Amino acid sequence: MNISQIQEELIDEFAMFDNWMDRYQYMIELGKSLPIINKKFKTDDFLIKGCQSKVWVQADIKDNKILFKADSDAIISKGIIAILIRVYSGHSADEIINANSEFIDKIGLKENLSPNRANGLSSMIKQLKLYALAFKTKQNNE
Amino acid sequence: MKSSKNIDVKKIRKDFPILNRIVNGQKLVYFDNAATSQTPQTVIDSITSYYSSYNSNIHRGVHSLSQEATNEYEKSRIKFQKHLNADNSYEIIFTSGTTHAINLVANGFKKILNKGDEIIISQLEHHSNIVPWQMLCEETGAIIKVIPINDNGELIIKEYEKLLNIKTKIVFVNHVSNALGLINPVKEIIEKAHIFNAAVLIDGAQATPHMQIDVKKLDVDFYVTSTHKICGPTGVGVLYGKEKWLNKIPPYFGGGEMIEKVTLHKSTYSGLPNKFEAGTPNISGVIASGIGLDYINNIGLDNIANYENQLLNYATDKLLEIENMKIYGISKNKTSVISFNISNIHPYDIGTILDKLGIAVRTGHHCAQPIMDYFNIPGTVRASFSFYNTKKEIDYFIDSLNKAVSMLS
Repeated sequence: MNISQIQEELIDEFAMFDNWMDRYQYMIELGKSLPIINKKFKTDDFLIKGCQSKVWVQADIKDNKILFKADSDAIISKGIIAILIRVYSGHSADEIINANSEFIDKIGLKENLSPNRANGLSSMIKQLKLYALAFKTKQNNE
Repeated sequence: MKSSKNIDVKKIRKDFPILNRIVNGQKLVYFDNAATSQTPQTVIDSITSYYSSYNSNIHRGVHSLSQEATNEYEKSRIKFQKHLNADNSYEIIFTSGTTHAINLVANGFKKILNKGDEIIISQLEHHSNIVPWQMLCEETGAIIKVIPINDNGELIIKEYEKLLNIKTKIVFVNHVSNALGLINPVKEIIEKAHIFNAAVLIDGAQATPHMQIDVKKLDVDFYVTSTHKICGPTGVGVLYGKEKWLNKIPPYFGGGEMIEKVTLHKSTYSGLPNKFEAGTPNISGVIASGIGLDYINNIGLDNIANYENQLLNYATDKLLEIENMKIYGISKNKTSVISFNISNIHPYDIGTILDKLGIAVRTGHHCAQPIMDYFNIPGTVRASFSFYNTKKEIDYFIDSLNKAVSMLS
């Protein structure tokens, strides 16, 4: 599946819930299936700035596809990063860089987050795209 | 303690329009009073009345509006003088807040400190209390010593005694810790510092909403607070300083109002309190702060303390029924603040769910990272109660917490 197909899939999944509590519950469940990063990456270098809770993200490239792993000390943040990783991980740098993030509004994620958390969410997306950009630059230079 | 009367909470709540607000579809339950208190209608009206009938700059004008504004502004100073039991009204300086007041004093000590002199602060301090002293030490070569806390979050007075010596020039502690709500033995701290002629600055931001402060009885050299925690508007702080100390320290800002005579070569400063109130102050804010103080005093701080203590005990008992509840800062001498965590759930997660349910609490390190480091936690959830809160709100808070826990674990 490409990025927009995954986004559509998530929009459908979240459309099944008609209240915020169930949406949160589902997001927390998704957090539990997050590909956890190795402990050695849980350092300040891998922290995403702009989150009140700690969120670490690490990226690898395999067969031209970028793979993200992450963890957080807060369960809701973990759910959020899990959703983002499901969307952005496993695609080429260009796909990630060019992907839009409208699905966030469509699944009602943003309106259910506090401004701090919404900022954290924006920081997370930015960080994933920065990783993609870094890999792309590296590839172009090689 | 004077005998206290029960307060009429139902009636009081009508004075606070914000308490009718709906947040996320739920009736607001405001338990973040340690961050800022809500504002009664009389205070809101005072601000409106200032701007709609006598807005003008104070102290300088010969016209009626300026005189009216000056009178009201100075009336407020006298209210705070009486409230704190200071000898003179000019020992009350209005600032933009507690942080500004602390910086004003710290800056003033630049001239007094020499290399190797010592400043004592405590491990319970708010960030705003630590940074100015660190800056002061960088500039003067003075050294910071820290009073440690025990596992209950209380200051270890024996360790404090060991830190004091003739090199100690200023001691700085909060009256009540903002993260834990513990009341520190400031009278004892002041007495001991005075043996070594050290000045003492007390941060009363978390104390003034809950207890009567008597600067004379305390014999404190400087006492600071913010009026937005005592039903006033934001942006106003009060600095009490003993006359002899306020004369000793230089002004913090240069500008209008603080100058007696200016030539191109040298200016002489005017007397107290103007020396420290350069420029146009927050006139409406200061006047409204006096109205907020009146509001508190009409209810009576003893009555407030008594009622808030009932809320504190009620909430503490209910919270302790929740499995894996850890409350930080256990003491009989405590204001109505409860800082807690539940098992290893991140405080931010709990705060997020509570917010969805209309409950405002504080989460995080409460600008008191050293305390959080001591307990080795990322932060806590902090619920703080005021005299307009109710047991019914606490019941709803407990139910909501249980909901949050079942979602998050």
